[in-house]
Amino acid sequence: MPLFEEGLVHLKKKIHSKEIKASDLIDEAYARINEVDGKVKAFLTLNEEAAREEARTIDENGTDEDTLLFGMPIGIKDNLVTKGLRTTCASHILENYDPLYDATVIEKVRTQKGIMIGKLNMDEFAMGSSTENSGFALTRNPWDLERVPGGSSGGSAASVAAGEVLFALGSDTGGSIRQPSAFCGVVGMKPTYGRVSRFGLVAFASSLDQVGPITRTVEDNAYLLETIAGLDRHDSTSADVPVPHYSETLTGDIKGLRVAVPKEYLGEGIDEAVKDKIKAAIRQLEALGAVCEEVSLPHSKYAVPAYYVIASSEASANLARFDGVRYGVRAESNDLIDMYKKSRSEGFGDEVKRRIMLGTFALSSGYYDAYYKKAQQVRTLIKQDFEKVLENHDIIVGPATPTTAFKIGEKVDDPLTMYANDLLTIPVNLAGVPAISLPCGLADGLPVGLQMIGRPFAEGTLYKAAHAYEQTAGFQLTPAFKGANE
Amino acid sequence: MSRINEEQVRYVANLARLSFDDDAIKKFTTQLDDIIGFAEQLNELDTEGIEPTTHVLDMHNVMRDDVVEPSLPREEALKNAPVQEDGQVKVPLIMEAD
Repeated sequence: MPLFEEGLVHLKKKIHSKEIKASDLIDEAYARINEVDGKVKAFLTLNEEAAREEARTIDENGTDEDTLLFGMPIGIKDNLVTKGLRTTCASHILENYDPLYDATVIEKVRTQKGIMIGKLNMDEFAMGSSTENSGFALTRNPWDLERVPGGSSGGSAASVAAGEVLFALGSDTGGSIRQPSAFCGVVGMKPTYGRVSRFGLVAFASSLDQVGPITRTVEDNAYLLETIAGLDRHDSTSADVPVPHYSETLTGDIKGLRVAVPKEYLGEGIDEAVKDKIKAAIRQLEALGAVCEEVSLPHSKYAVPAYYVIASSEASANLARFDGVRYGVRAESNDLIDMYKKSRSEGFGDEVKRRIMLGTFALSSGYYDAYYKKAQQVRTLIKQDFEKVLENHDIIVGPATPTTAFKIGEKVDDPLTMYANDLLTIPVNLAGVPAISLPCGLADGLPVGLQMIGRPFAEGTLYKAAHAYEQTAGFQLTPAFKGANE
Repeated sequence: MSRINEEQVRYVANLARLSFDDDAIKKFTTQLDDIIGFAEQLNELDTEGIEPTTHVLDMHNVMRDDVVEPSLPREEALKNAPVQEDGQVKVPLIMEAD
């Protein structure tokens, strides 16, 4: 059995008892990458030499049981800056970017002795839902190589599902952790806005972006969030709220947990096969003693249009920094404005340009009130929907995605169809609340993701509920690599 | 009725410091028109008197003492600059030469 299937707690015990070495884990990671990454293409850059060196140091210097990630192999989405390790955001405009510092989450991973295996593919600047918008590689879903892994953290979810790393970090602006986790049959957490520092996360939409863990199990996810969460003096939007020991919340006891099931999340536009799995999961939660009740989040259908106005507006401002002057690729010209235009037009892909254009339009004189301000007012209504329901319920449960993983090429030419795929994840980012997606079985051989949404800073409650479900769900998920031999 | 025309798309492209050829302008005009039309669903909602949410957290200014700390040495700060000269980034001429 591959070591990574045992999970962090067992692996740490084995290292501390000298049954295995940290180097064995790193060997497994690169052996697996050699075996399957030619097909899956989750990685953009490998960190092999440094990773092996770090593992040797750990093996030589003995054990420290309090170190959270002791020798554990981790993959990093390529929009988190890593000192001395190329960081591209899957964009040609940053194809040679060599960061001068580590993101705060990377620093924390290093402090807890996690070992970075490499940088993972994504939609360019995290704009997309399929990883097809990468400037460099087409990542495939380990369950079916003709299908997308989801996005934008598609490389992160695919690498965990394919057994190339024990776990990975992703980022989630409108579903970019939860949707690929659902598509690849792994566990992904979008923490409360402010729970995790965004310092060193290349900004897409600053009022929505959060970094979070993608793992095989709920328990590993709890440990990884505990590692990366907390106040950071470099990010003034990080929250001054103590970080609990999330792993200690995993008691298996959810008797009396009040669960809300929004009717909009099991309504029109959601595949029947997905609904069936979610309903079965809800019955399972009831069997565990949870009290489930149907509720309404009446403004749900307005979340996607509000999101595209807000996220694109913020992106148009954030991406103004890519001008070919201080970093990134520069096109030649004798005129400054022309140099900017050429550098940006050659460096950015179509989806990034579309969103910059939409955002610039929405913020431009004469349109600001009609689009941007209106979207922010609708954001208030969506946030209030959640506040109302979470007053009387501990968590909200529904699907993470309306369908299972779709085929490569199926939606890439139709932005609005692609955007609609995020209708169940986007409201969570607009409201700033935490949410987790975890596998709840297969529909036609493809994983279905169960989404649980909680109150601000109540990630512990989500882990408790997700873990209780996971422990009794009684299925194991191993990707089929369908199409690998064709 | 179209919500945005090619002339507006060219105007916005200039604001965004992007350039497109004629075919791309046509494509982006159609796509942006569709997306803006989609966003206009929001007009179904009466938002009179609703405060806009700019930030989900109860935000306040975060201050620190104004103390000088070590920063990046110039050589490192310039490491990723594509064109540089004499320890500075170099850009095309900004003002007209006499």
